[in-house]
Parts: sequence; C-alpha cells; structure tokens
Amino acid sequence: MSAHNHVEGHLPHEPEKATLEARNKILGFWLFLGAEVVLFGTLFAAFLALRHNIGDGPAAAELFQLPMIFAATMILLTSSLTSVFAVQAMHRHNKKSMVVWLIITILLGLGFLGLEIYEFWHYASEGHRFSTSAFSSSFYTLVGFHGAHVAFGVLWISLVIGQVFKKGLTVVTAPKVYISAMYWHFIDVVWVFIFTVVYLMGKVAG
Amino acid sequence: MKRLLPLMTGLVLLLTACGREDLSTLNPQGPVAEKQFELMKLSIGIMTLVVVVVFAICIYVLIRFRRKKGDKAIPKQVEGNHKLEVIWTVIPIILLLILGVPTIQNVFGFAKDYSKDKDAVQVKVTAHQYWWEFEYTDYGITTAQDLIVPTGKKISFELAAADVKHSFWIPAIGGKMDTNPGSTNRMFLEFPKEGVFRGKCAELCGPSHALMEFKAKAVSPESFDRWVAAMKAPAVMPADAELAEKFTAQCLSCHAVGENGGNSAPNLTGLGSRETVAGILFNDEGGGIEQHLKDWITDPQKVKKGAMMPGAQDFDLTQEEIAGIAKYLAEYKLDY
Amino acid sequence: MAAAHAHGHKVKRYSGLMDWLTTVDHKKIGILYLIAGLFFFLIGGLEAVIIRIQLLKPMNDVVAGDTFNELITMHGTTMIFLAAMPLLFALMNAVIPLQIGARDVAFPFLNSLGFWTFFFGGLLLNLSWFAGAVPDAGWTSYVPLAGEYYSSGHGVDYYVLGLQIAGIGTLLGGINFMATIINMRAPGMTFMRMPMFTWAIFITSALIVFAFPALTVGLVALMFDRLFNANFFDVANGGNGVLWEHIFWVFGHPEVYILILPAFGIISEVVSTFSRKRLFGYSSMVFATVLIAFLGFMVWAHHMFTTGLGPVANGLFSIATMLIAVPTGVKIFNWLFTLWGGSIRFNTASLFAIGFIPTFVMGGVTGVMLASAPADYQYHDTYFVVAHFHYVIVGGLVLGIFSGLHYWWPKMFGRVLNEKLGQVTFWTFFIGFHMTFFIQHFLGLLGMQRRVYTYLGGQGFDNMNFISTIGAFLMGIGTIAFVINIFITWAKPRNASNDPWEDGRSLEWTIPSPPPEYNFKQTPLVRGYDAWWKEKMEGKTAMTPAEPVGSIHMPSPSILPFFMSIGLFIAGFGFMYDHLIVAGAGLAITLVCMAIRSLVDDHGFHIEPEDQDKEVQA
Repeated sequence: MSAHNHVEGHLPHEPEKATLEARNKILGFWLFLGAEVVLFGTLFAAFLALRHNIGDGPAAAELFQLPMIFAATMILLTSSLTSVFAVQAMHRHNKKSMVVWLIITILLGLGFLGLEIYEFWHYASEGHRFSTSAFSSSFYTLVGFHGAHVAFGVLWISLVIGQVFKKGLTVVTAPKVYISAMYWHFIDVVWVFIFTVVYLMGKVAG
Repeated sequence: MKRLLPLMTGLVLLLTACGREDLSTLNPQGPVAEKQFELMKLSIGIMTLVVVVVFAICIYVLIRFRRKKGDKAIPKQVEGNHKLEVIWTVIPIILLLILGVPTIQNVFGFAKDYSKDKDAVQVKVTAHQYWWEFEYTDYGITTAQDLIVPTGKKISFELAAADVKHSFWIPAIGGKMDTNPGSTNRMFLEFPKEGVFRGKCAELCGPSHALMEFKAKAVSPESFDRWVAAMKAPAVMPADAELAEKFTAQCLSCHAVGENGGNSAPNLTGLGSRETVAGILFNDEGGGIEQHLKDWITDPQKVKKGAMMPGAQDFDLTQEEIAGIAKYLAEYKLDY
Repeated sequence: MAAAHAHGHKVKRYSGLMDWLTTVDHKKIGILYLIAGLFFFLIGGLEAVIIRIQLLKPMNDVVAGDTFNELITMHGTTMIFLAAMPLLFALMNAVIPLQIGARDVAFPFLNSLGFWTFFFGGLLLNLSWFAGAVPDAGWTSYVPLAGEYYSSGHGVDYYVLGLQIAGIGTLLGGINFMATIINMRAPGMTFMRMPMFTWAIFITSALIVFAFPALTVGLVALMFDRLFNANFFDVANGGNGVLWEHIFWVFGHPEVYILILPAFGIISEVVSTFSRKRLFGYSSMVFATVLIAFLGFMVWAHHMFTTGLGPVANGLFSIATMLIAVPTGVKIFNWLFTLWGGSIRFNTASLFAIGFIPTFVMGGVTGVMLASAPADYQYHDTYFVVAHFHYVIVGGLVLGIFSGLHYWWPKMFGRVLNEKLGQVTFWTFFIGFHMTFFIQHFLGLLGMQRRVYTYLGGQGFDNMNFISTIGAFLMGIGTIAFVINIFITWAKPRNASNDPWEDGRSLEWTIPSPPPEYNFKQTPLVRGYDAWWKEKMEGKTAMTPAEPVGSIHMPSPSILPFFMSIGLFIAGFGFMYDHLIVAGAGLAITLVCMAIRSLVDDHGFHIEPEDQDKEVQA
C-alpha cells in the first residue's frame, strides 16, 4: 500500500481526509485532545481546591475586571469562528480566502494574548503574584498554561500559513490546516471553562 | 504451586493468636483492633475459598490435560460457556457483598467522633521529625514519646503534624491515621487491658522514619489520675544549683519540665519513668537509661540521623554536666 | 502504481549506530525498548538486592537511613517507569503491527520520539546517583517531605524532571497505539476478531492517554513549588499536601492497570497457543478488560484510606475497589477453562504464564482484603501492602513479561531462547519470588511498617526478613540466567521458522522470523478470530492476500527524535540548576526540531517488488 503525496489535478472534497496518513493524524490529534482534557481538568481541580486560599493577596472578586475579560473572551470566540471560515474556504478549495481567515485568526489570538499579558502585569502590581499564595500559583498555572497554548497555536498556525504559501493547498498541507484548527477550537473551549470557573465563579463567590 | 495450597489453608489457622501482644495486628488488645481483626479473618476466609477453588482447578487442569509426547491432536475449540460466565460473575459479587456490609458498618463505626464526649480522654497528638508530642487538652499537660492512657475509656485523638506527613499507629490497639500538616484528623481508640504497647510512625518522613517509635502505656484509671497529678506537680529541677542553671540555659529554651521551659522539643517531665530514651533506646537494654541519655545528648545524630536536636558540640556543656543532667533526668520519676 | 512515484530524491538509508539512532521502524524501536528496559530492570534489581541486604538483620548498617530512602525511591521509580513500562512497550512495538496485519504503527516518527524521550528521561533520573542528589521521598513523592523545604537538595528535582520527560514518551506511545489499532487493521479484522493481546494494548493505550496527563500536572505543580516558589503544596501559604496525593493517585491507580492489562493480554495469547485451544470466553474477556480499565479510574482514593477523607469517601472507594475483583476473576476463570480440555505444552513461555495464574490470584485476593477500608487502617503502609503490590506487579506483570519475551523472542530475533536456561530462569525466579514476598504479608500484620531502613531486634521480624532476603538473591540468580540466555542465544544462527511454536494462531506467525522490514509483502485478508489458526485448520499454508504485490511505501528514518529528546534533557538540567538560559536553549532545540519536522515533508521511500524478497533484515 502506498500513499500519494500529491494528486495531479483535482483536490478531493475534504482534502484533509484524503490519505490514510491524514486520517491517522486527525484521529491521533483527537486522542491528544482527550489527553489535554484530562490535563486541563486536573489543573481546574487543583484550582478549585485552592481558590479560597488567598494568603496576603487580593481575593478573586476584587481582582478580576470582568469587562476586559469579557472582551478577551469575545476576541477568542471570534477567532474560533474565523478558523471555521478558514476550513470552510479550504473545503471550497479557495486557498486565498482560507489564508486570509487564518491570518485574521492569529491576529485575534495575538490580541487575546496582549490583553492577557496586560492583565497579568496589572495583577502583579496589585499584589497578586505567582508566589503570593496557593490561589495565585494555581491561577497563574491554569490561566498561564492556557495562554501558553494560545501562543503555541499562534506560532503553529503561522507556520502552516507559511507552508501553504510555499507548497499550496495539497492533501499534505490540508490536514495541517484542519488539525491546527481543531487545536484552536479546543483552546477556545478551555477558555470558556476558564471564564466560567475562574472569573465568573470568582466574582460571585467573593 | 502445590506447596502454596497447604500454606494458604494453614494461613487462616495461623492467624489466630499470632505475634506479640504488644505489637501484632493479629493479636488485638483492644476493641478497635479486634473489629479490624474480625474483618481480616472474614476477608481471608472468603479469599482462601477463592484461592482454593482456583488452585484446585489449576492443578487438575495441568495434570489432566498435559500434552502426551508426540501428540498432534487438535483439541475441541470451545468458544465459551454462558452459564459458567454467569456463575463466576455472580458468586464473586455475592462474596463481595458479604465483605462489603461489615466494611461499611465499620468504616462508619470507626469514624465516630468522641471529641465532645465528656467521658473520653482528649489527646492532641503532634508528630514531629522524629518524635511524638502528646497534649492532654482537658488537663493542660503535655508529654512526649510515652502516651499514658487509662483503661476502659475512649481515648479521642486529634492528630496533627508539625513538619511533614507522619502516621500514628499502635498496631495491637487499632489501625492508623495520618497526621497531615495544615489540618487535623480525628480517631478514637480503647485500651481495655493494662500494658505497654508499641507505637510506630507509618508514613515515610525522612531518614529516621524507622526510628520514630513511641509507646502507649495503658494503666488503671486511678493510676492515670495519679500520673496527671504528678505531671501537674511543680517541676523538679536538678539538685545542684549550678547544674540547674546550665540545664535551664541550654535545654529549657526548647524542652520543658513541669511549668518551666519551651515547647518545641519533647517534654522531659518524668523522663525517668518512660520506657525508652528517644523512643528506641530501651531502658532495660544496653547500658540503661543514664548511659542512653549521655549518648543521646552527646551526639543525637549518631542515634537518629536528621534529629532536630543539636549535638553536644553546639552546646556549652562539659562531659561532667552532661553526665549530671543524664543522672538527673534518669532519676526524675513520676509516682503513679 | 510504481510509475506515479517519481519523487526523485535520494532516500538516506543508514547502517550501524546511525541506523539505530534514526530508525522509525517499530521492530527496531521494540528492540531498543527491550535493551533499555532490561538495562533499567537490572539497575532496579540491584537497588532491590541492596535494600534486602540492609534488611537482612535488625539494626544493620550496610547503608544509612538517607541512602536507604534513596534506594527505595529509585527502585520503585526505575522499576515502574523505566523497566516495566518499557519492556511492555518493547512487546507492544514488536507485536501489535504484526498482529493486526499492518506495516508499522500510525506514527512511526512519534514512536521513535517516544523511545528517545523515555530514554533521556530515564538517563536524567539515574544521573542523580552521580550528582550525589538522589530523590528520597519514595516513588510517590509525598509533600511536604518532597517539597522545597524538606528536600532542599536537587534529589526530588531529578525525579520531577526525569519522569516528566519520560512521561511524554509514554503518552505519545499511548496515542500511537490507539490510532494504529483503530485505523490500521488488515481487511476483515473487525474489533471482535482482534487477538486478545491487541485488545489489551488498545485498552491500555486508552488508560495511558487519560491517566498520564494527571501525572504531568502533578509534576508541574511540584516543579513550580520547588523551582519557582509556587504554593500548590506549601501549607504555610495556603497549599494542600493532600491535593498532591489525589493528583498522584488519580494517575497512579490507572498506572497499575496500565502495567497489568498488557500482561493479561500476553497470558491470553500464551495460554491459548500452548493448549492448542482458542481463548475461552473471548467476548467476556474483552468486556472484562474494558470494565477493569473503566473502574480503574474510580478507585484512586483506596491509596488514601488513612489520610482522613472521612467514612463516606472511604466507604465508596472500598466498594468500588472490591468491584474490580469481579471482572478480574472472570479473566482468571476464562484462562483456566482455556487450559481445560486442551493439550498443554510446558515450556518456559507457558510455565511463566501458568505460574502467573495462581500467583496473580494471590496478589488479587490481598487486594480485596486491602479494599476494605477499616481493615486497611491496619494494613496501610506496612509490609502487607509491599507484599500485595509485589505479588501483582512481579508475580503478575513480570512473570507475564518473561512469558511474552520467551514467546515472541523467535519472532523478534529469529532464534528461540535456550529452553534449559529458560527453565533455570523460571524456577529460580518463581521460587525466589514467593520466598521473598509471601512472608512479607506476615511481617506487615505483625507490625512492621514499610519504607523503614532498619528495625529494632526482638520484635519477631528477624527470621522473616532473613528468609525474604534469601529469596531476593534467588530472584537475582534467575534474572542473571535470563541475561546469560540472551547472550548465548544471540550467538546462535538466525534460523527460526515463521511459526516456530507450530501452534501459532495470530498473524505474526505467518511471516518470517524476524520479519522483513515491511512486515507483510501483501496485507493479509482476515476471515475470522485467530486469523492464522483458522486458515491452518482449513488446510491452508499461507494467508490469502488482500492486495496485489506492489511497491511498498515506508517512512523515512530521522535523527530529529533523538535531538528533540536531547533538547528536553538539556532543558531539564537547566531548570534544575537554575540556569534558565540553558533551559531555554534546550527547549529551543526541541521546538526547532518540531518546526523542521513540520516544514520538511517526509516523502518516505519505496521498496519495490524486486527488492522485497531480498533478506531485508528487521
């Protein structure tokens, strides 16, 4: 059995699933996301266990500024939508449109990261540092890990855009676009949970 | 495998009255350990049954169906047997139910909280690297290493740790409970018989985890009351005034006798009446209590590596003074 | 088909050391795991022997308390993560693609990466001995003992970073084998026609995917506490030590099922083959294995019965733990009834499998005893527990590994291990094992706690410890006999047949021993469970092919996994010794390699039909 690296002429309808290698990668990535669910789940569990132990630092209710967090959430959610548009464009074999949507996605991702960096810097000046308390350590680890995932995703999608420019949209590059979009959706879903469990619950519980 | 079958059967018989009275879980000396021993016997009984059945089938099968030399025959290929599957699913479930019921009963029974019970004796246990502190909160007295308790009463323990995680265990009297830094656990035990029972630390806590033994001494209620009174009596200091001054300056910043001294090291009141020095040097062995005290004070690291007590070289004490303190402590007995 | 592949580039084919450093071939990777796993098994065994020598008599002074704590920590950590799991991965790699009729795993590159990260993680951990900073808080590394205050040296850092790096490899392996088994089975091999070993590995891989990330988080938290002043477990700043216990055991309990399920799979294969009978109750076996895995995630707090979680938690976890005995018992009986009515052949492989059955049952029943929380208040942290887990891990897993190694050795290496030496291995190891550990049940019940570097005399422990130590020496002799067997077998000619046991039932026995690089010249057509046996019983001498002879596409070798792992290794040291630039550089190496992998397409290479019949060695 041999795998074709490129098909002369016609690109299949769902180019990301056209080869066994591609289907393997997508399946493998779903499994990886399963592992990531457990990873973030454990981080959430640790956060929930420690969130009231604020030591000398400020409590969640006085610290979090929901308007800005809401803006960051909207930015990230929108970026998920734009990545859906990118994949749809890919299914229409519209390489240009796909790339445009991907670029918008990473710009929104960078916007989210910018807000988050500002947010952390602001908290630090309010006395909420990594080492301040158990609450702060678990907060920064959970939210920070998510931010690191976003940063990695931005780098990853950038590399994918670069590859599409160089090699075109093929049965080799299509799975890369698709999987990076899966990843992007995942970190968006994680953010929804963070927004709810960390920020909303933090404001309410007091 | 054939050897193990008689061994397993013998196991159940062996379990009755096995091991030292002051140490073995198989020779329970109190109601908590007794109930736990009953559970052990029940579970071993059920499990022995399982093991015997498995071993019997296994041995039979290996003998009856071994391949004869040169035999090329293909045996009948059997896919399975629904009835058998049901049998060996249902029977184990029933066996587990038999074990499960007393498990649940006892897990709640042992969790009873006697901390508000006026008839119970309240003891706060604080585990340190590598010694045990016992504070009798109702009486306002603190001792170390030897836990004196009255017979016939519920002893309600509040378990805490001063540094790392330890675990409080008196095997002959009952199961253990961990001491967690930052929170407290509650447990109760009962001591119907008088005697000295060995206590152990059962959670890895550092290099001298193995040497963190303590004793639980159960005495009659009258004797216990006398002990409490003796502990509350004014401190007995060394007779020699100079030695007393040295003792206060060098030792009582951490240790205490009676109302004098600090509380970060083991309480020394009535040290002469205890079973051991440092929990592991028995008075009736190897030189006696005075020698042990001298050895300990001179070089604690030699006895218990990692012990927090500074050695003689960190103290301003001469050999003579150490000998004097050792003698004083060895003779500091409580009359109960 | 051949005409379309005018890629034109010259594919690099390495030989010698470079071949092994760059291989993405599952068969070679399996051998690498085997060598590394055996190496670490010997180290862990040496640590065990020293432990037993120290415990030979009361108040012994062969090693001091602190060194002893280092020995037990390294023994447990090495045996579980660096010996047992890699040896299982060796068999997984060697066998699974062959059993499902595939040419390799789904992700050959990741497979190699998994091996090298495991290797460098294990290397990092064991370098602690040479750095004079060995972890000493037990393989469970409870805090605050393992925290930055009470373990202020670098010892625990080696544990944290070594395991973190090695764990990446395991996780990747889990993903790889799940995807392989889901997507790459030969035509006709439905899930319910897979060999039992394949099922076992499939379910084990799922356990790995869902259990290891919890360990990752625990290690991250401990690392942050120790290296970056975080407060997850620092009680003074609001941290909680019991949280570590929960996180660790949420991983730790499924981990022990990760260890044993593959052994169950091996036993199913060996018992079936050497009794010339199909596995009794195959669907029940599959269902039972799934149930064990599922329940395995629900019982972690039975390691914490004395922590003080309260009677409700303790009660629930007691019942859940007891329930696992039911599917496990189902498996035991199904093996016995596979043997029943069969034609049983005794050789080293089958002896280990047969020895497994009663031994594992003994370990399993003490497990049920431990499951009862109120009784566990006495057993916990005593030698009773030590006896239990050695019975299931050594008497279960290790006997299973020995069985699997002897069984599949001819497939991996083209030679059958020497049977006489095999018997020596089995009997000395088996007898030595029971001698070492049976008596430890009593030691625990009589009052001896675990993790004690010595014990006072006069407690009634002396003779039992002595006997236990003698048993350990016997086990050592058995192990050495096995190592000698490997060497003398290596010198023999490589002339094993496709089906050297003559009663092979599954697809791996239809191809040469060792297989050619591409495994199957033509992917076979599977017409039932025990695919090869079915054909044999119908008089066929080979499998029916499912495709014509053609050009076979193979993945390219790559040095990137090796460098990625070195990058992580360097980063580990950088973090530990507070040289963040070094840490950054190490991570950069890894990330750059990842980028290269993404940007440079792997076109692979082809083996044309005219080359397929040459002796392309595995």
